[in-house]
Amino acid sequence: MSYSQSAAKRAETQAQTSDMILRLLRVARGAGVRISVAESIDAFESANAVGFSDRQVLKDALTLTIAKTVEDKQLFEQCFETYFKRENTALGGKIAEAGRKPGAPPQGEGQPGDSQGEGASSSLGQMLLDNDLAGLAAAMERAAEAAGASNITLFTQTNLYARRILDRMGLPELEREVTRLRAEGNTELADRLARARAALGEQARAYMERQLTLFATGTTREIREGALRQVNLSQLDRRDIQRMRQLIREMAKKLAERYSRKRYRDRKGVLDTRRTIRRNMAFDAIPFRTVWKRERIDKPRVMALCDVSGSVASVARFLLMFLYSLNDVLADLRGFAFSSHLVEVSDILSRENSDDAVTKILEAVGFGSTNYGKSLEDFSALALNKINRQTTVIILGDARGNRNEPRVDLMGGIFSRAGRVIWLNPEPQPLWGTGDSDMYRYAPFCHQMVTCNTIAQLERIVEELLATARR
Amino acid sequence: MSSSLEQKIPSIDAIEDGLASQGYISSRQIATALFLAVRLGKPILVEGPAGVGKTELAKATAGFLDLPLIRMQCYEGLDESKALYEWKYGKQLLYTQILKDKLGEQLRDAANLDEALARLDKVDDIFFSERFLEPRPLLRALKEPLGCVLLVDEVDKADEEFESFLLEILSDYQVSIPELGTQSAKVIPIVLLTSNNTRDLGDAMKRRCLHLHIGYPDARREERIVATRIPHVQANLLRQLVHFVQALRTQDLRKLPSVSETIDWARALILMNAGQLDNDLVHNTLNVLLKFEGDMTSAGKLVGEMTHQAVREGQAMAAK
Repeated sequence: MSYSQSAAKRAETQAQTSDMILRLLRVARGAGVRISVAESIDAFESANAVGFSDRQVLKDALTLTIAKTVEDKQLFEQCFETYFKRENTALGGKIAEAGRKPGAPPQGEGQPGDSQGEGASSSLGQMLLDNDLAGLAAAMERAAEAAGASNITLFTQTNLYARRILDRMGLPELEREVTRLRAEGNTELADRLARARAALGEQARAYMERQLTLFATGTTREIREGALRQVNLSQLDRRDIQRMRQLIREMAKKLAERYSRKRYRDRKGVLDTRRTIRRNMAFDAIPFRTVWKRERIDKPRVMALCDVSGSVASVARFLLMFLYSLNDVLADLRGFAFSSHLVEVSDILSRENSDDAVTKILEAVGFGSTNYGKSLEDFSALALNKINRQTTVIILGDARGNRNEPRVDLMGGIFSRAGRVIWLNPEPQPLWGTGDSDMYRYAPFCHQMVTCNTIAQLERIVEELLATARR
Repeated sequence: MSSSLEQKIPSIDAIEDGLASQGYISSRQIATALFLAVRLGKPILVEGPAGVGKTELAKATAGFLDLPLIRMQCYEGLDESKALYEWKYGKQLLYTQILKDKLGEQLRDAANLDEALARLDKVDDIFFSERFLEPRPLLRALKEPLGCVLLVDEVDKADEEFESFLLEILSDYQVSIPELGTQSAKVIPIVLLTSNNTRDLGDAMKRRCLHLHIGYPDARREERIVATRIPHVQANLLRQLVHFVQALRTQDLRKLPSVSETIDWARALILMNAGQLDNDLVHNTLNVLLKFEGDMTSAGKLVGEMTHQAVREGQAMAAK
């Protein structure tokens, strides 16, 4: 009997701790730490191996298993600290004060059972009168779990969840008791319970607010970022710019990771004699193991022209930022920016950090009135003889040249030399060719023309570019 | 599995003491990592700047657990035949030459070619037996009867192909040799991989390992480390020089001085019979700590102030 009881108890604590770790992992994921399923299993194993008695050791153990970079480690340690921070003391004091008999000397921590004489019939009421802070905290934790408090996603839900927690802790019973006491004329005890109840409500709300910051940051961030990827670049809120910058950086990093590797392709059937002999030295140079010639697959050589004129001003910043990120992925990227004339910005891109680079470029040529003809002329003078079959030319712009001569002939020259010409236009297709847009006059000299005004589109295009350039 | 090993280290404290007995002053986190590595049977990936004691950790671990240390240094172009096993081709050749007569005798009375081949088949296994197998570090680590500490040093220097090849061994602790079959580890070795971050390791690799980052130690730990390495250093000088190095690390330098440099510097100062730091002394010995011309000039300007600070703080500590 006693054995099965203790076994059941053990199982219960185990379930509680595993729930706790699961929630902690969710918090960490929300904060941006990348945790795979295999790693969460490891987290359980390592937590079991070191035990739960020493919090510092538990933190070290989980950090070792879960976080695999220095940044992730810092993030995770922060999450761990917030998760286990208990802010009961301040509000707990209030409850203690409210629950105390008026005039009675303040006691430190409430001793359960030190006011046994005056009975409150509900267990919650008794705990409040007893100043059983630990008991209250535990009860609140249990109630929160039962109410699914960690599922909170929006701050408007705080009160709702706080109410649910209180209900589960036995608030209705307590309220009935207060009413009954008043009816019986025991106003003093009733008042004390009512005051304690108010303080308890405050504590439940504070608890839920903490839960919100812990659990909801991840989800709201996901929702927000998902939306940002689809939103039109020209209609961005000022407050989203920071987050957008982050997104672009992450995207560039992802692309860089995927494509920065040197790739080789076997040239089937051509023996690399030198390396074959070297490899087979141990066998008297009898070629047991053959080595075939390989060729390196070149990364695409990209020249990017970015319009930074007034008409695309709102998008220009992001196009530049993107150009900057591309610079990390592709080693020999040449960047140009233009409005009324064109300048090469490769130097600025590789030297400055992203924000400075964008500002500098905008200062140099930004926000003028666009002249595509002049800009193409400048470009041809600067770089036309460097364009060959391996080169991809990307033009980011709206093709609105203020009725200046578009110099389609120069575009033709670029087209005939380059491997690929891609035009990314922030305007939607129906607007192409309207007003002063020369888009369709340039069209015959582009391999590909696409609308590009969201991050998602930008990512897809670059991905395609990097993938096709390998073949 | 490795129950005897688990008995040897019942707790994290035991590891800390054990490492200290080998002259390795560990942090709590390092000890926890080792503890988990043994309990979960997982390799540890140790990252951090050069000279903070990544390789030393493996040596100390092997020392206090009384296990052999098998070290494999990675470099570009490292492949299976150098890491895992190789057939002793020369020996095979020599033995066939010597045994030629014997083989001829065996085959002489064979009625036809088929029978001769059948007989040859029976003996050819001896040429691909363990006798002719040259085990390289990885296979040696698996075959060690009492377990061992396997140190795969600077894994980031090896090619990515080799990294993927390592994955198989590190997750199952077994390798298959076509001629002999699968070889599994007798006792799961303690595996430490070190990396200097010259390139990012693959996610798959990181996922399978415990990830331990050893940074520069704080002043107290660094003092203890130097004191264990150089027992006859004066307490006063020790405090001052550690303070100075700690201050130097907050500067914007191309290569920050690490623990090994602190130890070298302490040795140099003792050789010069220094009782405490002063301006000239530091100027003359700064090249022990800093390895770049640019760092020397930029730090040189601050030496006076930092020395003064270090001496003062050292005295304040002594007063306590």
